[in-house]
Amino acid sequence: MVFWLAVWQIASMVIHQDLFLVSPVRVVVRLGQLVTEGFFWSSIANSLLRIGGGFLLAVVSGVVLGALAARFRRVQELLAPLMLAVKSIPVASFIILALMLFSSRHLAVLISFLIVLPVIYTNVLAGIRSVDRQLLEMARVFRIPAARRIRYIYLPQVLPYFLSACTVALGLSWKAGVAAEVIGMPEGSIGEQLQQAKIYLNTPDLLAWTVVIVLVSLGFEKLFLALIRRAAKRLERM
Amino acid sequence: MGGTIEVQHLCKAFGGKPVLCDFSASIPAGAVTAVMAPSGGGKTTLLRILMGLEPADSGAVTGLAGLRQSAVFQEDRLCDNLSAAANIRLVNPTLSPAQVEEALAAVGLENCAGQPVSEFSGGMRRRTAILRALLAPWDILFLDEPFKGLDPGTKERVMADTRRRCTGRTVLLVTHDLGETQALGAVQVLRLPQPEARL
Repeated sequence: MVFWLAVWQIASMVIHQDLFLVSPVRVVVRLGQLVTEGFFWSSIANSLLRIGGGFLLAVVSGVVLGALAARFRRVQELLAPLMLAVKSIPVASFIILALMLFSSRHLAVLISFLIVLPVIYTNVLAGIRSVDRQLLEMARVFRIPAARRIRYIYLPQVLPYFLSACTVALGLSWKAGVAAEVIGMPEGSIGEQLQQAKIYLNTPDLLAWTVVIVLVSLGFEKLFLALIRRAAKRLERM
Repeated sequence: MGGTIEVQHLCKAFGGKPVLCDFSASIPAGAVTAVMAPSGGGKTTLLRILMGLEPADSGAVTGLAGLRQSAVFQEDRLCDNLSAAANIRLVNPTLSPAQVEEALAAVGLENCAGQPVSEFSGGMRRRTAILRALLAPWDILFLDEPFKGLDPGTKERVMADTRRRCTGRTVLLVTHDLGETQALGAVQVLRLPQPEARL
């Protein structure tokens, strides 16, 4: 990390053009100025609410749909083309289509949802499919109730799939969500700030906001995964 | 406890190869019945059909409806993420920790209740699987080579504990070992025909 920061600093000194490559020191200084502004925090809160909201909505939907698809083949057959379409269609197409149909205010929620849903769905489905058949037979013979089966047999085996899906999806949701905000420019969002920085060729702002996105995305990821792990541990305890 | 279980003309083939052929038997309630046959002789298939895990190609089984089942499978089939006590309580949450600990101690697993079964040796896992089956609420118990992998001393101890817990109850024991049928006090030994004889 220190090495790459040093490379960045040296490169900016060599180029010596803030417009093209601003130094990390400059970015940190600008970030220091931004944190004192009210709009800085409200922009983060708005984007977090929209992108995080879309992510959480997709997690719940992905788990429910994945479980239904694992249980009912017809549901899986019905969802397969839909998931394939959502995975294959470029994010930009979704963004433009959504902008034509809805206001830009909740665009990031929709885009974050669409990007995350197939990742969670596919992994949860694969996780459920990978559950040890012998344990399921054991549960059937002993007539272990469904709630206990889910808690003690399914959960520990599906959890690694779910966590890895969340790790991938969290990064994607922020990338796509902010991209949607940049195009849709909803008022008081990180995307709007990035767009403003681009319009005014304000490279320090652009990079400062990029650092913010990385930090918020990382923080959200760590917090979410820690909460899930903690909840799972509590559930698995007997 | 239920009445006699009647197995009538049971047939099962896998990929065209017959495993069970026209097998009929009466399994008396409240007693241990042993099933003996060489490897590949259809013992496990018979148990799986009786447990409802495998459909028979033809034939019928009566007397099992409504009976609570318990089983020791050929594999331990334990939840590796759970402790020995949790594995047992998974099938019978009404057991108190003291009851579970006492039962574990009876088969030589003192102070192991809270230990994850993933840290157990093969013999310890086997004993946990046996205890899980014995402590579950059951009307009929299926034992598929239950004492496989236990050293002679432990095996004697576990067989004695199993017999004590199975007295007067309906048990179907699949084994290669005549000594096990005697140790559990089997009232009858059903012999499945050898595969060669069926072909």
